[in-house]
Amino acid sequence: MTTAGDLRRSNPTFSLRRIGTLVLRYWYVLRGSWPRLVDLAYWPTLQMIVWGFMTQFLATQTNYVAQAFGVLLSAALLWDVLFRGQIALSISFLEDIWSRNLGHLFVSPLRPIEMLAALMTMSLIRTLIGVVPASLLAIAFFGFSVYSLGLTLVGFFFALIMFGWAIGLMVCGLVLRHGMGAESLAWASMVAIMPLCAVYYPVDVLPVWLQYVAWAIPPAHVFEGMRAVLVHGTVRGDLLAWAFALDAVFLALGAATFLYCFHGARERGRLLQSGE
Amino acid sequence: MSEAAIEVHALEKRFGKVTAVAGIDFTVATGSIVALLGGNGAGKTTTLSMLLGLLLPSAGTIHVLGEDMLRHRHRVLPRMNFSSPYVDLPHRLTVRQNLRVYASLYGMDRIPQRIGDLAAELDIATFLDRPVGQLSAGQKTRVALAKSLINQPDLLLLDEPTASLDPDTADWVRTLLERYRARRNATILLASHNMGEVERLADDVLMLRGGKIVDQGAPAALVEKYGRNSMEEVFLDIARKQGLAAEEAA
Repeated sequence: MTTAGDLRRSNPTFSLRRIGTLVLRYWYVLRGSWPRLVDLAYWPTLQMIVWGFMTQFLATQTNYVAQAFGVLLSAALLWDVLFRGQIALSISFLEDIWSRNLGHLFVSPLRPIEMLAALMTMSLIRTLIGVVPASLLAIAFFGFSVYSLGLTLVGFFFALIMFGWAIGLMVCGLVLRHGMGAESLAWASMVAIMPLCAVYYPVDVLPVWLQYVAWAIPPAHVFEGMRAVLVHGTVRGDLLAWAFALDAVFLALGAATFLYCFHGARERGRLLQSGE
Repeated sequence: MSEAAIEVHALEKRFGKVTAVAGIDFTVATGSIVALLGGNGAGKTTTLSMLLGLLLPSAGTIHVLGEDMLRHRHRVLPRMNFSSPYVDLPHRLTVRQNLRVYASLYGMDRIPQRIGDLAAELDIATFLDRPVGQLSAGQKTRVALAKSLINQPDLLLLDEPTASLDPDTADWVRTLLERYRARRNATILLASHNMGEVERLADDVLMLRGGKIVDQGAPAALVEKYGRNSMEEVFLDIARKQGLAAEEAA
């Protein structure tokens, strides 16, 4: 006879084992397809090569780039952290929908919040697989190391990927609620936000009213912080603090959106019909 | 009398103006096998989905293994499982990887041994290391059953468990389910269109039409009540709105 105590022990509210299991499952899916593994590194590497040559050209033409050779390359690599972080989370979730597997997962003891934790962990793994080789090739091809940013790079990395997770969670929620018609948001959403992120230009290039919008999202703080380090040699802790504070708000919004849409999916019966 | 494994009261599900399940009441005794019967759109899958917590009811209450499913679903999920042709396992994962993942999600210990036991019982050992996407329909059904038994559930919900199986394999699966029920005193609720399966397995039948339970009872008792020779004829009577009402009117 199973007692209430047995049940509590076997089904805790938040289980690292279940999160680890789901990460393992996503890893099995990824590992089983070498084209997908190659694809993870392909785009960041291509982007790095294009911006590397562009930087070499501009360095001979402009004083700004000559002074801070790595600004554009660093921006390209950090943009990929943001973009790949969001895509990686969304794709892992979409793979569950494509394989019509959500029904099995959500009649198991797995809780939605554990799934979110697993998706974020898997996004971190996929992003590292994609971005680290590109950053190493940047050293080999152009003699530029993004690691020269030092410890602030760790801050920039997590501030960006957390925003990517927040947007990814919102996208997953919308796919749950509205079906596969919303799937294209996985690719389009971050590109739509890109002009506000001030990746390759300072925020003050934007119209004044749009600057307020840009400062309301974490990436603008990160990319301004990156330029402060590379151009002026100044570490702007205030910008990084703003980025993380805004990340906390956006992550809470992302998780709330996902959970709200998950509830809606249970009302509409979409968990069993997903993928159709 | 056995304690109820499932108690459903005034259960209702509406999708906009469409009523899929219209205020049904039933209980399923612990250790019994009960079949949900009905034509397409009768409300079988909707009812199963609500029992699993995948679908929220518009009204009514559901108690499973003594717990309120709407409030304490996660207390009871480790003790139940299900299989349905509408839900797949990831095709690129091997059978062993899929079973390992679900065994771990259900908190099972000694997972390799559990997978080995199931592989022997369900005769899936020869393709444990093949991707699920490369299996035949019959092999996939056996793997789905293995997944549904991975946590040795006290309550098993099965949606068309022998769909796409040849008669021999289907018979083998029914024997397996009978053995599992006997060994674990498990409760099984199954939705099926196969009347032979229902007559053989079910202690009790719930006949659904238009989201309502229009009749219920043991298969033999229903056959006698309707004056027919088989459950198939009873099903046709009820599905075509004939049955007792028509006979009484005559």
